[in-house]
Amino acid sequence: MDITPPAREFRILSHGMLGYGFPQESLARAVDAGIDLIAVDAGSTDPGPYYLGSGRLFGARDMIIRDLFMLIDAQEATGAPIIIGSAGGAGTDVQVDQLLDALSEVLSERSLQKRVAVIRSEIDKETLQIALEEGRIRTFETGQDLTKADIDAACHIVAQIGPEPIMAALADKPDIVISGRAWDVANVAALPLKLGYPKGLAFHMGKILECGGQAALPVEGSDLLVGILSVDAFVVESPHARKVCTVESISAHTLYEKINPVRLPGPGGIVDLRAVQFEQIDPARVRVTGSEFEEAEVYTVKLEGARSVGYRHIAIGGIRDPRMIAQIDEIQTAIRARLMQNLEGRVAPDAYQLTIRRYGLDGVMGAMEPHQTPAHELGLLIDAVGDTPQIAETVCAMTRSLLLHWGYPGRVATAGNVAFPFSPADVPAGEVFEFNIYHLMELADPVAIFPHEILEMPR
Amino acid sequence: MNLGDIASVVRSKNAGPFVLTFDVLLPDIGSFEQLQAGGKLTRETVANAYGVSPNEILEFSFYPFANAVKFSLRRPIPSGAPDDTDVYGAQQHVPLMEIDVG
Repeated sequence: MDITPPAREFRILSHGMLGYGFPQESLARAVDAGIDLIAVDAGSTDPGPYYLGSGRLFGARDMIIRDLFMLIDAQEATGAPIIIGSAGGAGTDVQVDQLLDALSEVLSERSLQKRVAVIRSEIDKETLQIALEEGRIRTFETGQDLTKADIDAACHIVAQIGPEPIMAALADKPDIVISGRAWDVANVAALPLKLGYPKGLAFHMGKILECGGQAALPVEGSDLLVGILSVDAFVVESPHARKVCTVESISAHTLYEKINPVRLPGPGGIVDLRAVQFEQIDPARVRVTGSEFEEAEVYTVKLEGARSVGYRHIAIGGIRDPRMIAQIDEIQTAIRARLMQNLEGRVAPDAYQLTIRRYGLDGVMGAMEPHQTPAHELGLLIDAVGDTPQIAETVCAMTRSLLLHWGYPGRVATAGNVAFPFSPADVPAGEVFEFNIYHLMELADPVAIFPHEILEMPR
Repeated sequence: MNLGDIASVVRSKNAGPFVLTFDVLLPDIGSFEQLQAGGKLTRETVANAYGVSPNEILEFSFYPFANAVKFSLRRPIPSGAPDDTDVYGAQQHVPLMEIDVG
């Protein structure tokens, strides 16, 4: 597919999360107006460490296929390249493969042949150990230095690539780019940068477009968003007939999920929004000017890694008795002590972690909860994480039975303390992971360790 | 009057897996300036609302371009790790909403 600079302005259609869906009419209107690029984010760290640790696809595969069908049809109608970043949720190699598999199914069904560039951004441990030894790893928001042990323990480690590897892939004129973990901005900005648009504007537009329709009002579920880039400004509009972008909605979105909304760090530098102007050019569209980019002296990419911490088994139940609710802290302390006694010689105390969540008291905020008055009923979630699935199951079952039959002062309901809605009460909840790498890696070349391959698909 | 009574948006959300970030949006420049001048929403009052010390509040700042106030907090437990209560960090806003701003 040829990439030629559009005569005047460059129109980008953004989908903020592959598999979340969008209204058909939004896509149809965007296609009618013309599109030069379809940029799609397929991942985030937001759903937690599970997808990075396990390599499982985030989102329902059927919904991802639904979105792919519609976007491929939009490509057929417009000729716009499609760039999908953070494939599969966390952008691991296995998730890239799962997305390629889904894409292959869509192309086969449509009897289409496409040229697909694939960029992998999983980092092998040896490469990272060398970077660590060479002092090219920086501590970041965790406040913890990276260690050799962290690297060894990680199940998967990905780097959040900048636009440069995508720009390199675009030189081979693919119809579709599928990349591993990528800065969400890069999906939007890579092609405009290749065409010579300024970094500050392209990156800021990427930041606004990366969540799709969330920056347009009213927010009614997932939707698409359109950015129109020129050399000195960009315009944001919703392709949906009833939705509007306002200075308020766009500037509010600028704050979203960031520590500092006017200095946004990314690969290779900082997007500087201190001089940005938002202008309502008509009731539905906002024009943005003044976005700058400050190049960093040393190029860095963010690393994300997750390690396994065990297996979870859970049980859900409710307490209605006010006498028990009033003593819940003491009862839990006593049950923990008895649990340890009962498990002695069979399960070591450091082989499991038990959390009893109390919804209706502090289940949502934990230790940060300022209100200590319980509701008239408490939802209990017994959450046992053990070194093995068997340990988790044992701890969960033992805790459940202790809670059900615990005798506490003033107890009148001697038949049982907890209403369990299900049989069985205990259910396995799979492997548990935690982020254990969240650091910056210095790179002399932003492309070299993220090469691309070109596939003719379906294979 | 509580912040929740005058703000159009009070929200919390992850800014990466290790940081919670909080946004307050005021409906207009008048209410924004009144809030800033009132001195009731400060690094100290938000620290108090979350039971942390003021130096744990990251980048507390007023942003006139969006009629907004914003600060962040390192998560007590990283997103999705055992013991975390809120993987997306989207339901940690209520103590902020309940701050008395006069």
